[in-house]
Amino acid sequence: MIEVQNIHKTFGENKVLQGITANFKPGKNNLIIGGSGSGKTTLLKCIVGLHEPTEGNVLYDGHNFTDMHFSERVHIRKEIGMLFQNSALFDSMTVEENIMFPLNLFTDQSKEEKLDRANFCLKRVNLEGKNKLFPSELSGGMKKRVGIARAISMQPKYLFVDEPNSGLDPLTSILIDELIAELTEEYCITTVVVTHDMNSVMGIGDHIIFLYNGQKWWEGTNHEIAHTDNKELNDFVFASKFMKAAREKL
Amino acid sequence: MFHSLGRYILLLWLSFRKPEKFKVYWAEVMREMVSQGIGSLGIIVIISVFIGAVATIQTAFQLVSDLVPRSVVGGITRDSTILEFSPTISALVLAGRIGSSIASQIGTMRVTEQIDALEIMGVNTPGYIVSPKIISGVSMVPLLVIVSVLLGLGGGYLACAVSNTVSTADYLSGLTDGFNTVIVTVCAVKSLAFGFIITSICAYQGFYTSGGALEVGQAATRGVVYSCIMILFADLIISKVLL
Repeated sequence: MIEVQNIHKTFGENKVLQGITANFKPGKNNLIIGGSGSGKTTLLKCIVGLHEPTEGNVLYDGHNFTDMHFSERVHIRKEIGMLFQNSALFDSMTVEENIMFPLNLFTDQSKEEKLDRANFCLKRVNLEGKNKLFPSELSGGMKKRVGIARAISMQPKYLFVDEPNSGLDPLTSILIDELIAELTEEYCITTVVVTHDMNSVMGIGDHIIFLYNGQKWWEGTNHEIAHTDNKELNDFVFASKFMKAAREKL
Repeated sequence: MFHSLGRYILLLWLSFRKPEKFKVYWAEVMREMVSQGIGSLGIIVIISVFIGAVATIQTAFQLVSDLVPRSVVGGITRDSTILEFSPTISALVLAGRIGSSIASQIGTMRVTEQIDALEIMGVNTPGYIVSPKIISGVSMVPLLVIVSVLLGLGGGYLACAVSNTVSTADYLSGLTDGFNTVIVTVCAVKSLAFGFIITSICAYQGFYTSGGALEVGQAATRGVVYSCIMILFADLIISKVLL
């Protein structure tokens, strides 16, 4: 479980996060939603250690990650997988090399074992046989799936996903969402997804946190979100005509 | 300025921490050596031959006197090539060729979150990204300078053979007369220092890039400009101290 305790983050005069507290449970799709500039990505970066919180703590299974030194964090980071908004695949490496990269650095597996693992991960994201392609030869959806394959190559306990559906068509978005949900359940991973895609929210949102102006404004599930009377959340969720129409039918 | 200097020193400190896995880092060093060394060979060959030839012709042009033996042209070409032309001009050219590549490569990794991805995995990113480039620069720039010296002197020989301003026999005699080995030491120290300056400054500029494509381009430009300035500054200091 990941515990976020009273996280504040300030950039100069700009208070981006103001006392966020939340728990993210294993085997659940934990979604952080909110409008642009609400602090979603900053919160995610504070949780994974890419930003240092101005105040507050992040605990991974009871271990205070915020207080740890770089060398201590490495042990937890080996258990973290992350899919970035732009996939962040290494341009100079093939798909296979991208997936094997963390295995090369942090395991003593033989080359055959690493290849087996890479093939398994590629098969899991339905990209068998794409081993030798470079990231520049992949479509946006394929890059996301390679990113997921790389994220799960070390069998992570924690999976972080930043805007998994940005730039993808609706069908591919649903496939990516389903893949994330399947992996979360299959390996009992603590998954944290940052998104503002309402299809994702309604589809896989086991546990949702809504951020507004850097504060936790609402917390609940995808079933509860449709019936809330929180004005800011309703303005966000039902901003589109499609969602308004869907709400009326509920 | 002190903030930047502090970050630069910190980056260098982090770059040379114990690697996670030596084999993976070694592969990166080899890849960089090929990229920096073999990749820069063409431009070094071209500029060295031409600089050597031009240096010989211009020296001969300025030493038109019956009192000065023609072999002096060879000696002056040798000393100026080894002391200044090959290390410094090669370094300035390499700052453009290698430095811009390093800064833009690392800068692109930064803005496309590839560096963040490495950090999430628990990789010491300065060590993995920066140190192979510095190690490669410190080893390949001196080798390129050696090639440049040989080709520069060869260019001078060609100029003599083609233009007849100085006979090739006089030129060769001048190359060997009064040879002082300290100029080789100075050349070696300069090329080591320049290799470090180019790779470390450009890596620093790339590593702390933020924004997008525009900022990557600006980082590459800054890296090349600062490297060139520091090369000239180091050139002066090394010459003053060692000669």
